[in-house]
Amino acid sequence: MLEIKNLHANAGDEPILRGIDLEIAAGEVHAVMGPNGSGKSTLSNILAGRPGYSVTHGEVLYAGQDLTQLEPEERAREGIFLAFQYPVEIPGVSNNYFLKASVNAVRAHRGEPELDAMEFLALSQEKMKAVDMPADLMNRSINEGFSGGEKKRNEVLQMLLLEPQLSILDETDSGLDIDALRVVAQGVNSLRSPDRAMLVITHYQRLLDYIVPDRVHVLSAGRIVRSGGKDLALELEEKGYGWIEEASA
Amino acid sequence: MPEKNEALKQLANQEYQYGFVTDVEEDRLPPGLNEQVVRQISSKKNEPAWLLDFRLKALRRFLEMLEEKNEPTWAQVDYPSIDYQNIIYYSAPKTPVELESLDEVDPELLRTYEKLGISLEEQKRLSGVKVAVDAVFDSVSVATTFKSELEKKGIIFCSFSEAVETHPDLIREYLGSVVPYSDNFFACLNSAVFSDGSFAYIPKGVHCPMELSTYFRINASGTGQFERTLLVADEGAQVSYLEGCTAPMRDENQLHAAVVELVALQDASIKYSTVQNWYPGDKNGVGGIYNFVTKRGACRGARSKISWTQVETGSAITWKYPSCILQGDGSIGEFYSVAMTNNCQQADTGTKMIHLGKNTKSTIVSKGISAGRGQQSYRGLVRIGPKAEGARNYSQCDSLLLGDECGAHTFPYLEVKNPDATVEHEATTSKIGEDQLFYCRQRGLSEEDAISMIVNGFCKEVLRELPMEFAVEAQNLLSVSLEGAVG
Repeated sequence: MLEIKNLHANAGDEPILRGIDLEIAAGEVHAVMGPNGSGKSTLSNILAGRPGYSVTHGEVLYAGQDLTQLEPEERAREGIFLAFQYPVEIPGVSNNYFLKASVNAVRAHRGEPELDAMEFLALSQEKMKAVDMPADLMNRSINEGFSGGEKKRNEVLQMLLLEPQLSILDETDSGLDIDALRVVAQGVNSLRSPDRAMLVITHYQRLLDYIVPDRVHVLSAGRIVRSGGKDLALELEEKGYGWIEEASA
Repeated sequence: MPEKNEALKQLANQEYQYGFVTDVEEDRLPPGLNEQVVRQISSKKNEPAWLLDFRLKALRRFLEMLEEKNEPTWAQVDYPSIDYQNIIYYSAPKTPVELESLDEVDPELLRTYEKLGISLEEQKRLSGVKVAVDAVFDSVSVATTFKSELEKKGIIFCSFSEAVETHPDLIREYLGSVVPYSDNFFACLNSAVFSDGSFAYIPKGVHCPMELSTYFRINASGTGQFERTLLVADEGAQVSYLEGCTAPMRDENQLHAAVVELVALQDASIKYSTVQNWYPGDKNGVGGIYNFVTKRGACRGARSKISWTQVETGSAITWKYPSCILQGDGSIGEFYSVAMTNNCQQADTGTKMIHLGKNTKSTIVSKGISAGRGQQSYRGLVRIGPKAEGARNYSQCDSLLLGDECGAHTFPYLEVKNPDATVEHEATTSKIGEDQLFYCRQRGLSEEDAISMIVNGFCKEVLRELPMEFAVEAQNLLSVSLEGAVG
């Protein structure tokens, strides 16, 4: 589903990614771990098409097409979803209105009929249960005054509503207590299926107890320095990132 | 960055949608301003002597001010000086004014309204939402609907000229009582040459059963538009009044100097909403309406309330400060405003809240959006008089900048002469966030939709104050999709 070949990329003018190779097939969950500054967030931003991040070399193919040629909204409509590390607040725009517009933009692209207010209400209520989200959050402005946990739940709620082909979770576990983490992970797991893929970016192994990956990659200084099964995360937790960096040096 | 600027520019560069001109035969005076012109206007309208006298006093004062070069220069707007002797002060379509039904209206006019999305027939047929329209075309009213229904309640709603003939005592009592003819340069000009406008009187204890509305339209080349509106809500009365404007595309600047006076007696409440979309000029600032308006309401009685809501997207220059004089104890003044300036538009707008009575309360919420090379100033005065014990004011002025060639300025003035008063002021200026845009786009929304949504959210506190009918128009004007709760 996703093929990254020898990807070099900049954040602004600064080179961050220095040759990433990564292939994620449908049905797989991959975890990318790494210390701060290793390029984890740059990778997610490059995949989502955030302005200010540029590919300087290499290829990113999504379902066979060159991803770098698509606008961010086109990528979203094609089924790429980024759960933000820092979800953005938009004052005055209700969460409900925003999510309905978002769902309908994606549905329209897929050639599906748009949902009316009642249909969307039914759908959103069902999905909100899955992430244990209080009903009033739908009527409040997007992420405004939400707690850290509520913001992350809201990201997962959006993911459940949009049913993306490729979900990228950028440090979704940061700032979550253990209960919220469990709820968020449950939501993510409910979306796992043979035709979807996920890229879980995290600093800590903890999240991977709940979202068990098929593959784990360790990022260091803009390169994947080690890949393995889910046990690699445990080993990393035990020995620390220094172990990898020493080993790869 | 470049992509974002492109979309912002595109949005900012949208052509004015209502730029069309209707071909109607006109009756007009030659350009120029003198006693003869004022007398002619007055006699064309068969006005009584006292009204001619009012006009002539205003004319003399205006000519003095012109002589003394008293045209206000304190506003943060820049325009070439206006030759007041080169303006046509009266123009009326040659259509009989008193009509029994819409069938008698010049079909050309009706087509114009239809292009604007104002179908009188539709409105008549609308069940549930009744909107009486005293439609002003150029300077003369041509159609009035729902009049009989209003009459049953004793509500008077008609053109200003008609009211002068049918209710001269009311006009004489209230005309100039809130905005004296000598109040300011532009109000003085209006007092001398006003052509027509609307008048409404809501009797004691009556709640007006429908929104009253007037659609203004400027259509004659080189013609100034000098509307006069007077609304009186007697004791315990309630009324909501809607005013909306669009104008055809024109190459030369058109001067508009309207005066609106509101009077609320004891326990009365007036809600006055405006959507203003006059021709703003082209991308390079050529053409467009000069909009110099004086709007003021007097809360004369105890516990009376006047609320102004405005969405200002049009005009090359906007100079407008809808104000409230809070005389009655416990009276309330409100001002909710969205002003948008694009391209070369300039707006200097705000409000004045004059607290005279005890426990008077005012709220100011101003949202300014600047795009292109638009320049915008909020100018607001809050004055608490020495007898205004327990007066309270809350002001909030927010500016949103789209792009980096536009500007926003805030000039709050505070004069507090009673130590017991509470005055709060908050102001913010923000740029539309790159993070916000990306977040929306990552959820599948186009950049343009994302901008609209963010702008709309920014204005929400004001838009939700608008009556439903207007919320829809405001939504189109701001090119945003409104939230279900509002529209």
